[in-house]
Amino acid sequence: MILRLERRSQRSTLMAFLSPVLAIGITLALGAIMFVALGFDPGEALYIYFIDPLTSAWSIEEVIVKAAPLILIGVGLAVCYTANVWNIGAEGQLTMGALIGASIPIYFPDWQSPLVLILMLVLGIAGGALFAAIPAFLKNRFSANEILTSLMLVYVAQLLLDWLIRGPWRDPDGYNFPQSILFEGWQVIPPLGEGRVHIGAIFAIVAVIIVAFMMGRTLRGFEIRVVGTSPRAGSFAGFKGKRVVLFCFMLSGALAGLAGICEVAGPSGQLQPNVSPGYGFTAIIVAFLGRLNPIGVFFAGVLLAISYMGGEGVQVILGISDKTTQVFQGMLLFLILACDTLIRYRIRLVRS
Amino acid sequence: MSVGAMGSDNGNGAAAGAYILEARNIVKLFGDLRANDDIDLSLKPGEIHALLGENGAGKSTLVKIIYGALQPTSGTLFWGAAPVTISNPAAARELGIGMVFQHFSLFDALTVTQNIALALKGERDLKALAGRIETVSADYGLPLRPGALVADLSVGERQRIEVVRCLLQEPRLLILDEPTAVLTPQEADQLFVTLERLAGEGCAVLYISHRLEEVKRLCHDATILRLGRLVARVDPQQESAASLARHMIGTDVAALQSGSGAATGAPLLELAGLSMPTDDPFGVALKSIDLAVRSGEIVAIAGVAGNGQSELFDAISGERTSKSADAVKLAGAPCGRETITQRRRRDAAFVPEERVGHAAIADLPLSENLVLTHHAVGNDVVRHGLINRGAAKDVMARVAEHYDVRKNLADPEASALSGGNLQKFVVGREMTRRPRILVVHQPTWGVDAGAAAFIRQSLVDMARSGSAVLMISQDLDEIFEIADRIAVISRGELSEAYPAGELSPERIGLLMAGTHERAGRDVEHGAEA
Amino acid sequence: MEALEAVILTIITASTPLLLAATGELVTERSGVLNLGVEGMMIMGAVCSFAAAYTTGSALLGILVGLYAGVATSMLFAFLTQTLMTSQVATGLSLTLLGLGLSGLIGEGFTGLPGEKLESIHIPLLTDIPFIGPILFGQDILVYISLALIAAVSYVLFRTRIGLVINAVGNNHHSAHALGYGVIRVRYACIAFGGACSGLAGAYLALAYTPQWIENMSAGRGWIALALVVFSTWLPGRLLIGAYLFGTVWIMGLYVQGLGVGIPSQLLSSLPYLVTIVVLVIISGNRSLIRMNTPAMIGQPFAPER
Repeated sequence: MILRLERRSQRSTLMAFLSPVLAIGITLALGAIMFVALGFDPGEALYIYFIDPLTSAWSIEEVIVKAAPLILIGVGLAVCYTANVWNIGAEGQLTMGALIGASIPIYFPDWQSPLVLILMLVLGIAGGALFAAIPAFLKNRFSANEILTSLMLVYVAQLLLDWLIRGPWRDPDGYNFPQSILFEGWQVIPPLGEGRVHIGAIFAIVAVIIVAFMMGRTLRGFEIRVVGTSPRAGSFAGFKGKRVVLFCFMLSGALAGLAGICEVAGPSGQLQPNVSPGYGFTAIIVAFLGRLNPIGVFFAGVLLAISYMGGEGVQVILGISDKTTQVFQGMLLFLILACDTLIRYRIRLVRS
Repeated sequence: MSVGAMGSDNGNGAAAGAYILEARNIVKLFGDLRANDDIDLSLKPGEIHALLGENGAGKSTLVKIIYGALQPTSGTLFWGAAPVTISNPAAARELGIGMVFQHFSLFDALTVTQNIALALKGERDLKALAGRIETVSADYGLPLRPGALVADLSVGERQRIEVVRCLLQEPRLLILDEPTAVLTPQEADQLFVTLERLAGEGCAVLYISHRLEEVKRLCHDATILRLGRLVARVDPQQESAASLARHMIGTDVAALQSGSGAATGAPLLELAGLSMPTDDPFGVALKSIDLAVRSGEIVAIAGVAGNGQSELFDAISGERTSKSADAVKLAGAPCGRETITQRRRRDAAFVPEERVGHAAIADLPLSENLVLTHHAVGNDVVRHGLINRGAAKDVMARVAEHYDVRKNLADPEASALSGGNLQKFVVGREMTRRPRILVVHQPTWGVDAGAAAFIRQSLVDMARSGSAVLMISQDLDEIFEIADRIAVISRGELSEAYPAGELSPERIGLLMAGTHERAGRDVEHGAEA
Repeated sequence: MEALEAVILTIITASTPLLLAATGELVTERSGVLNLGVEGMMIMGAVCSFAAAYTTGSALLGILVGLYAGVATSMLFAFLTQTLMTSQVATGLSLTLLGLGLSGLIGEGFTGLPGEKLESIHIPLLTDIPFIGPILFGQDILVYISLALIAAVSYVLFRTRIGLVINAVGNNHHSAHALGYGVIRVRYACIAFGGACSGLAGAYLALAYTPQWIENMSAGRGWIALALVVFSTWLPGRLLIGAYLFGTVWIMGLYVQGLGVGIPSQLLSSLPYLVTIVVLVIISGNRSLIRMNTPAMIGQPFAPER
């Protein structure tokens, strides 16, 4: 018996919906097997992983706090990947946004005005966008592979951050810990209500709406889709591939930078060696799981945020390593890619 | 040299009337499509047998079954007199079946010798092989340099590799798929000499073509397919080109209404000293091209594939811009440095050669494919940067109706259309704008006869209504059918445009060859060195 | 002299994993497949070889397990991209993410444990020659394997029929298919070879370079190996030179730091990444060089018509 694929004449809309569901289902099944192998009750572990985070107000807030950056970055990456532009350096752009935005409170610790926060956000966005423009420029000007350059720049950004907070930006009263001073007042993003949720969540929703409109209705969105599917046809249509590359990189860099500054001016309130727990990489999974569709990215971002919470949950309650979170996320991406084949192809088992 | 030796083995010695290959009741289903429906085919040694039919008639499917690239759903193949299963191309070659593909199965980055070695099982000594290639290719009048990279060779030379590759396998049956489509008339003549010699040595030749004059001249027997079914087995010598065409198409093709006596007006498309270097090592540079196409006329550019046609098309359309504004003028306005969008706004329209991946995107619905060329030409499709899907669908529906685009859904993806229907769509998409300047590249390539006739008629009507039409084509029949003037492109240089009546196919062939002959001498030099 | 000897020895140590991984990827890419999962296969090779060596006490067994771990990981990629025809870029990325996650989980119990060190060989007399002895005759077995592999790859690619077929499949899979070659099968094999080499590279990290398990210990080496293949323009000889150049850059940072010059260590640590970018820019900027040498089918899925 061999597996044989038969091409469908049209994309299957049914499968476009079912494929993520199927992928999540298989991931859960494999997760259950993993928990059994680790010696735990799979039902309980999966419950703590994916249901428990939604059962208390505190953890729901925490899910929103984590989902916001994933969605912000994921939406930008979805645009990139639609254009066949492979920005995988969002983690670096996030770091750069955080770092440049944070320079304001670090250099002007006593400056308190609403302007400070606005400036921080603007600088965060600009920092991410400009840092993302580097691989775009290198690709346009020298045809340098953007996958490799954008990834290399992640290491560079992280080392730069490391140098700053161990050197010039270290809090002099911080007992030599590698961290900056604590931000306060207008240097911190105001929370929405009592809890930890802050306006970053609103930014994420606004980004989803704007990008969904752009991709679905505007010529710019059409241009991005066309250039991504067929650069030659794009050029025939009069679209400029290089402009699309730069636009996509800067857009996703800006969103990643915004996510970065929202992290340091939000939950952390200071610069630390790790601005994010790998949001920039997880957002790659978010983008694909959301089938590169902004609305899909929204739900995918929430799901992956839950998995972060679940990872912490199983560690605290059952003593299972939170490394399982990354495994879940990796499996999910793998399976979503595999299941997406069903959109274009029918699978038949035939005798060889 | 063992091809001759092989002849004594079977060909001449075989009893007259014994078939070398027989296919009986071949059926091949692709899903619901009956690509081959109960087809019989038989060939004798030493016979040149034509396989005729339109695009989509099932020729390629049948040939792939014989060559082992496809398995029949039912039916039997006989080799000699024994039933055989040809499970893959290697098995076919083992039997002595050689095939020259229409789309060559060559490797650009490899040498001639390496390319040939890949088709010969167990060929390990490449030096000895190179020697044999030189001998055999010279012997059959198809000279080749074994050490040359395929990427550096002309289309004609590439085809020689395919033929020599088959000859080295000592074929008892040689299959050629549209071999002359890429050759100059002179190169084609040389190929016929080779084929006749092979047949004289006892090799059977299965010759696929839609050029009926050629078939009448070369072939001893003909099998004709239509819509997957066998419709006739005829002696081409006894038929006229028209009667063969009738068998293929089923009806008479509407004769072209030329509305002759073209009243030509002012030049609308002018090229003056258009040069364009290439940054692609496999590309062709354009060298100081001059041309004027006037209102009311169709000018054709003939030439063998790969002589700069695509580069010229891109330079005229504005996909690649020129350094000098005056190199390209549309309706008198210098626009060499303008983008394709700006040129479209000057009432010019373009139809590139590749339907899928250049003119259209396979995965997008037709209405979005329409937006590709309509987004900046001042209709309702795009306004203030927003796409009006309703308007796009309306225009698309109008194109489909006027240009006879047959589709199953209201707005199917481009990939769901047949080649002919998609071509009518991409041509109609431009014509519906009633452009004053129309540039088309290979407008009927790989399209069935009905669609081809329809498209040619549309081009003629367009010109007669006062537009300037430039057609780049490799199909000489098509060119003679509709062109008022003809220019020939060779190695990036364009000849003067002559009135169609003053040119014979032979003269065009010489113009096409232009520098080819020189290339041929180089090859012989290389062989001696 | 002794300082120089030490420098050269560490350069070899730093270059070997890059060379191993890049050798495998070169073959994979020559067959027309871009596997961006090198980092993931490498880290899986590292954690599995460490675990095996630690549990059994045999570094050699560790090498073997690392190799198989690389192959097994690469087969996931092969199944998706070749059988299910998924995007090679996305699948390679996901392989890396999955490998990093899975290795973290597997390796959790091994963090900080003293590993089994792969011993260097010692040939009496030869190894004892001053200076050149330890350099030429005193390496561990993986160093010799890495050099033998690149030589073998060069021979196979350019002198044998197998190599001709690999190049043909990478140059034009439609033609190869038309001539009756099993495009998918050839690619599966080349992906597996790439996985094996990445697995060995990982084993080298965990058994020889720093004989212990550290999470994310591949530190971007898989990505640098990918860049090295571009740098080499798919030629094994240049790949060897490139790997050793990068190894040198990697080590230079450490030595300069040791000299106590006032350059921030982070700047030195970021050198390999910055150099990678510069090298990519220089090589890729030369379009005709890239166009002439790139396997034409790279990254394109092959769907045989039925």
